[in-house]
Amino acid sequence: MMYDWLYNLTGNSILSMFIVSLLPLLFLLPFALFAVLAERKVSAHMQDRLGPMRTGYHGILQTIADIIKLLQKEDLVASATDKTLFNFAPLLVFAGSYGAFAAIPFSGFFIGSKIDLGIIFIVGITGLVVAGILMAGWASNNKYSLLGAMRSAAQIISYEIPTLMIILTIVMLTGTLSLYDLSEMQTAYFWNWMILGGPAVGLQKILLIPFMMMGCLIIYTSTLAEVNRTPFDIPEAESELVSGYHTEYSGMKFAMFFMAEYTNMFAVSAIVSIMFFGGYQSPFGYLGNTLGWTWLVPIEQFFWFASKGLFFVLVQMWLRWTLPRFRVDQLMAFCWKYLIPFSFVILLLVGLISLM
Amino acid sequence: MRTYFLNFWQGLYTILIGMKVTFRHLFIPAVTIQYPSVKPQMPERERNRLYVNMDDCIGCDQCARACPVNCIEIETVKSIPGEDLGTTSNGKKKALWVTTFNIDFAKCCYCQLCVFPCPTECIYMTDVYEFSEFQRENLVFDFVTLLPEERIQKKKNYEELQAKKEAEKIAAAKKAAEEKAATLANKPVEPKQENKEENK
Repeated sequence: MMYDWLYNLTGNSILSMFIVSLLPLLFLLPFALFAVLAERKVSAHMQDRLGPMRTGYHGILQTIADIIKLLQKEDLVASATDKTLFNFAPLLVFAGSYGAFAAIPFSGFFIGSKIDLGIIFIVGITGLVVAGILMAGWASNNKYSLLGAMRSAAQIISYEIPTLMIILTIVMLTGTLSLYDLSEMQTAYFWNWMILGGPAVGLQKILLIPFMMMGCLIIYTSTLAEVNRTPFDIPEAESELVSGYHTEYSGMKFAMFFMAEYTNMFAVSAIVSIMFFGGYQSPFGYLGNTLGWTWLVPIEQFFWFASKGLFFVLVQMWLRWTLPRFRVDQLMAFCWKYLIPFSFVILLLVGLISLM
Repeated sequence: MRTYFLNFWQGLYTILIGMKVTFRHLFIPAVTIQYPSVKPQMPERERNRLYVNMDDCIGCDQCARACPVNCIEIETVKSIPGEDLGTTSNGKKKALWVTTFNIDFAKCCYCQLCVFPCPTECIYMTDVYEFSEFQRENLVFDFVTLLPEERIQKKKNYEELQAKKEAEKIAAAKKAAEEKAATLANKPVEPKQENKEENK
């Protein structure tokens, strides 16, 4: 474990904790830079355009230029806003989405905190995002912001139910809430991943596969709604609400919201990949084990974790440029009429299968 | 119940079809033209900024007269004898110094009507379409190849010639008057009739 290693190295618990808590940020900041650029390039090429081309080779420095621009921008606070809440909201949103990474294992060697209640902690801490978004919308004193925030809160809370049902299914099946233990369970080869029935054997495994695939689809869809991405982006629907709850924000506060959105995207993708695709586990053994270099294994695991997460982020982008936006009633109907019944049925049937 | 599951299946299936379409478009070459560095292919009969090839211009003023918005301003000066202005590319002899040939592109409506009357085909449309300016005066293009001093020089030459001719004329008139006065005493008018016959 990273913390123990650092503690043995430095002998200072505060310093080692500080380093461990900052390491995910070291991954997420470049990730956000990359993801914003990837989003723009992917969207452009899907629409037969080129996207940013001027800054650097094929526009690779575009997001860096954007960040520099946002840093230089005046930090505007409208006079009619509730100043305290207005300034606090972006911090809360980012803290909420960053907090999720405390319980996400990046590799077998690195996990922020190896708590037993990992997944429940993540679900709880991401609730802060809802509070932050509502806070931002309310404090902006702007009807569009408030509408966006209300929609966002309604949407996130509705879609929490199918997400939690699927999480419950997995928890019921594996008997652990810790994402680290869950990842360790899906070790060795890809047929041990939860999407292919997990470590179960025989008839049980075969029976589990269709339910696991359905569960994966449902959790992916509902977490997509929780991070307010298209087709569930009615909270920040540009054509209706300017840009929702962050309409009034500028400069680095806006950048915080943006960072939080991309952090959330990765967190959600990471959760899906840990739940169903083995998290940091390689699909076919490790080079480090074969060669006898044990130090290589955590690095390989980090590579697999990052590439699985990035793959799901890219699928999110892909969906964004494929599907049109839901109407509010369609959104609610989709959640309550389709996702929730299906997730309950999956919970029930997987429970019956696991009794075998 | 059947429609419920059918809806679910169709939703999933159509999303996959849509994703297939967008994925295919990911690899279709972009239609974007990187404008300032890559310029679009213009049509063959494009009408953009005019250009006047002054080597061929004979100063006939036909383009200026054809212009519906009067954006062409031409001033010409006759050449003095002994000056060789050369010929145009289609063999016409030039006789006039063009001292002003201004086209005001702020007024120009790009109708191409000036291009057709030109006898030497020296005014034509080019493919230049990026010539925006901050001030309207900068859109008045001067095509004359002569230097400003030369233009003044040509005008002066012509005026001097005129003055000389005028002087000669006056002198001739004086001489004629003197001759007339002299012949009045001797003979009636005969040499003039001879001249007329020669002309015929």
